[in-house]
Amino acid sequence: MDENRTPATVPDAEAARRLRSKNLAVLAALVAFVALVYVVAMVRMSGG
Amino acid sequence: MTDTALDTGARAHTPSGSVRDFIELLKPRVMSLVVFSGVAGMVVAPGELHPVLALTAILCIAVASGAAGAVNMWYDRDIDAVMARTAARPIPEGRVDPDEALAFGVVLSIAPVMLMGLALNWTAAAILALASAFYIFVYTIWLKRRTPQNIVIGGAAGAFPPVIGWAAVTGDVSVGSLLLFALIFFWTPPHFWALALYRKIDYARAGVPMLPVVAGERATKVQMLVYTLLLLPIAVGPYFVGIGGPVYLAGSIVLGLLFVLCAVRVLRDETQKSAKQMFTFSLLYLFLLFALMIGERLAG
Repeated sequence: MDENRTPATVPDAEAARRLRSKNLAVLAALVAFVALVYVVAMVRMSGG
Repeated sequence: MTDTALDTGARAHTPSGSVRDFIELLKPRVMSLVVFSGVAGMVVAPGELHPVLALTAILCIAVASGAAGAVNMWYDRDIDAVMARTAARPIPEGRVDPDEALAFGVVLSIAPVMLMGLALNWTAAAILALASAFYIFVYTIWLKRRTPQNIVIGGAAGAFPPVIGWAAVTGDVSVGSLLLFALIFFWTPPHFWALALYRKIDYARAGVPMLPVVAGERATKVQMLVYTLLLLPIAVGPYFVGIGGPVYLAGSIVLGLLFVLCAVRVLRDETQKSAKQMFTFSLLYLFLLFALMIGERLAG
């Protein structure tokens, strides 16, 4: 179905803004994941 | 690539979605009930869990559930586009590229399983992986478009979260967690058929063989009543294995009878009004049952 659809286009500025927001969200998620793994490792090593 | 293609690419882009669109792919409303039932499994399970590990387990359940939802939206994008209830989802509306949605869902399906295994235990991780695989491969790809029993068998996918929460604490599967599984498993058909009754035209247009479309409204309503009756003894079961106390016992009986009453009203009602009310009540029913379990355990 979606193959027949013509994808809507978005202007450059809007696309760049979305991309920047997504990059920041991915960065935040990765930093949070690393922090979580660190804290979990500390808890596990302390016998939690 | 030609100059023309380069020019076009420089001036306009196909949409790759905003952060909000990707969050929408995770089906946040479904995720909230999944998380709540997972938390219930963790709270009522015998044993203790470090708060950090408990939060990690909840996060894993939430993300895996959302990821399965994203893959479901990727696979169902054709039928979502023709159903009023789902036409505004990010993929059918063209806000998110289908390939991006698939990649997003696959990555987020794998990470929580690994984290659950490393942080909690591999039994919980295996059940989490099984739940995701069941929802994607068994329900979404295999059953949904083939049989009116789609949400009966596929309902098992939604019944796993309390088992996962329980296993995160104990590292095993026991009678108690299987009862919580059965509770959601038998709750799912009347819940979804109530929705299907008033969305029947939508499902018929999309070619999804929901029971009201295939067997008719009368047969569906009778089956809904049967499932609510079956749910009565199952819902009181947790009391007899020590999961819930007297408040839970009383609450499960009252809520169960109200659920049966809803089904009877749907059976007698020729309009869709009772079905809509039953759908809303079914959500409240499950929420209150788990809330009673959690409340009584925390209070005791």
